[in-house]
Amino acid sequence: MASKSVSSLPSPEDIYQSILPNGITVLARANFNSPAVNISGYLSGGSIFETDEKLGLAGFVSSMLMRGTQRYTFDSIYNELETVGASLGFDSGVHNASFGGRSLVEDLPRLLNLLAESLFHPTFPKAEVERLRTQILTGLALREQDTSNMADMLFERHLYPDHPYGKPTDGYVETIQSITRKDLAAFHRFNYGPRGMVIGIVGAIQPKKAVEAVAKALGGWSVSGQKEPPALPPLKPFRKMIRKHHRIEGKSQSDLVVGTLGPYRKNPDFMAVSLANSVLGQFGMMGRIGHVVRERSGLAYYAYSSLNAGTGPGSWEVSAGVNPKNLNKALELIDVELRGFVKSGVTKQELVDSQANYIGRLPLSFESNGGMVSAILNIHRYQLGMDYYQRYEGLVRSVTRDDVVEAARRYINPDRMVIATAGP
Amino acid sequence: MSKSITQVTLKNGMKVMLKEIHTAPIISSWIWYKVGSRDEPTGKTGISHWTEHMMFKGTKKFPNGVLDKAISREGGRWNASTSRDSTRYYETMPAAKIDLALRLEADRMTKSIFEPKEVASERTVIISEREGSENEPMFQLSESMLHASFRVHPYQHEIIGDMADLHSITREDLYSHYQTYYIPNNAVLSLAGDFDTKVMIKRVRELFEKIPAGNVPPRLSRPEPERKGEVRLTVEGPGETVFTQVAYPFPNATHEDYFPLQVLESLLNGASGLSYKTCRLYRALVDKGVVVDISGWSESTIDPFLYRFVMIHRPNTKPEQAIQILDAEIQKLQDTPAPAAEIHRAVKQARAVFAYGSENITNQAFWMGYTSMISDYSFYTSYLDNLAKVTPKDVQRVAQKYFQPNKRVVGSYIPTGRAS
Repeated sequence: MASKSVSSLPSPEDIYQSILPNGITVLARANFNSPAVNISGYLSGGSIFETDEKLGLAGFVSSMLMRGTQRYTFDSIYNELETVGASLGFDSGVHNASFGGRSLVEDLPRLLNLLAESLFHPTFPKAEVERLRTQILTGLALREQDTSNMADMLFERHLYPDHPYGKPTDGYVETIQSITRKDLAAFHRFNYGPRGMVIGIVGAIQPKKAVEAVAKALGGWSVSGQKEPPALPPLKPFRKMIRKHHRIEGKSQSDLVVGTLGPYRKNPDFMAVSLANSVLGQFGMMGRIGHVVRERSGLAYYAYSSLNAGTGPGSWEVSAGVNPKNLNKALELIDVELRGFVKSGVTKQELVDSQANYIGRLPLSFESNGGMVSAILNIHRYQLGMDYYQRYEGLVRSVTRDDVVEAARRYINPDRMVIATAGP
Repeated sequence: MSKSITQVTLKNGMKVMLKEIHTAPIISSWIWYKVGSRDEPTGKTGISHWTEHMMFKGTKKFPNGVLDKAISREGGRWNASTSRDSTRYYETMPAAKIDLALRLEADRMTKSIFEPKEVASERTVIISEREGSENEPMFQLSESMLHASFRVHPYQHEIIGDMADLHSITREDLYSHYQTYYIPNNAVLSLAGDFDTKVMIKRVRELFEKIPAGNVPPRLSRPEPERKGEVRLTVEGPGETVFTQVAYPFPNATHEDYFPLQVLESLLNGASGLSYKTCRLYRALVDKGVVVDISGWSESTIDPFLYRFVMIHRPNTKPEQAIQILDAEIQKLQDTPAPAAEIHRAVKQARAVFAYGSENITNQAFWMGYTSMISDYSFYTSYLDNLAKVTPKDVQRVAQKYFQPNKRVVGSYIPTGRAS
């Protein structure tokens, strides 16, 4: 059936890039298919700035930004947004604070104005600090009961010992209780700022106009003494099998994570590892792991592998949720599968299948403004080149079976994995 | 937003809905069967959802393990879900590859094998899915709320089914369920994306029209009698956090009160898909420091279902104070017509949510099929106009009519402490 549409892949010709005098990078691409616009971006202010005594501070700050500013109260900020069906939110990870929002295009100036106001002038009102603290503590109490969250947390703690990646970005009860209003204001004062900030805009607006709108709202921001984020500390490699269990009584399902370190996103072997992961625990009904644990043995509703690659050393992990009495059986099946995987690699057919999947699914990830804006931010963040999606098919096809098995062996040593489980 | 779609009915009674969209080289195809958890008698609960799982286990032409790989190889995204009223399967594919999805759906409408070995292995997968849900306090509470809200109507059980039935349902039960409901005159195919309508209809006819029609069984529907008096319940389990649900009977999606109630929902709990920090209940309960969170929502169903509120309580507080404030806020809507400005706001919010939804081709195919399950496509195209017609008096009237304390169920999850 002949297609009538043009290619939707982003390219250097249609991604408009501009750096404002204060250092903010703006990336814009037009999409006039619906009268809406999506913004997303990141800036300095991640948990990498935290001390161990104040874990959760970065997340606390990002969640406070819209809870009161010089010109708006918590309620009036959200009233501005919700009245026009717009949304805006902040979050934070290890390296950065991040934000995302959307609105009808007619309300973009309003959205950008609230973004600027929240970033420039948060006032951390005392009552709101306490209200949010209660909400965070309730979230931590729920986390404590969540087998999946607790297995993940345990896994990260042992994969990244004494490293920012091994610490929960939402903190612990004691650290959240110790955070003061002063801590929040100081963290914002010195760690937030325009240097290093990137904002992407995709929607029903000409890219140049989008940049003008951002410049109007955010171009005047300057922060004296904005701190440089500290470098990531070196990672202590683990030299033996580590197995840890977190007990949560009264649960009908246990969660498991088996994994190891993975590549940085910018590593040249990233695509080979990514395709290896697809065969291992993604392709079709969750790859080989899904086939063995779910399809053949009926042990789990979900069983898959995932690759997390970003600015620093990534992780490559297998996850599943199983009946507590089947926990060891599932771990054995995963172990056998990993051993076979590093020994024999992938078949020609498996590689070709995953390559075809990667190439074929590309337009699907650009279906919405949200998908497009995150794709553009990613290629910028990891310096993959604005022509990355034009070159993408070639990059995928150039990976060989040898590349895949070598990549798997480089990262996975079945005798040296971190196994974290949570449940009864 | 383009409203023009093409609808045809094949000779065997299968309905086809098509919407051309040429913004990206993608086509999304959804097939809907008019069978859901509400069609399950006692002893067979969960059978619609389990049948949905079995549809991924292969036909002769697309054996297990070939099926999923075939779609993935072409870069497609696919999945299925079972609701109270329907079961639906979708594939979103690069436009040039959509034929595979159509051939697959035509084939598995009648030729799924239901291999006994696969039934056995899927039984434990679904039990595991249920065990995962049972880990969640909210699931435990919701399940009890449903049982208390519906004594007679089959909306009384969770879609996944009761554990007893997941152990006892047989391969023959599943196959018979499949043969009964998976017939073309009980199905709707909705297609949106980068195709030529005439060419697409021709291909759909080639693949689906030869499938013989069957006898469509009547929907299982035992009207729920009016409740006489409030029901209170508690569920206990591990944890530290108290949750409360309050459920009121709510009319079906084609009821004349549906749109005034959508506006009322926007006022009380915010518009679906947006943040809800300035809705009346958030201001009264969260801003005032009484609860950590409050949300509330209705569902668009064929028979009357529920409007449910969920509150997460602050540590060391009791639900009663929060329930009183909830009641007081409802009372305000019953006593005074809502300001017209609040209604305009609800309409603008819905307009924005519709715009976001129309970015996405998969979504557009979804809405065509979804509305055909509960009404017809005009439900979608006239939604914003119908919302705009709602008056302050309408909102007051439905608040009085539906939010009556003696018709509701109130349930709390009472944690027994951190047992780790």
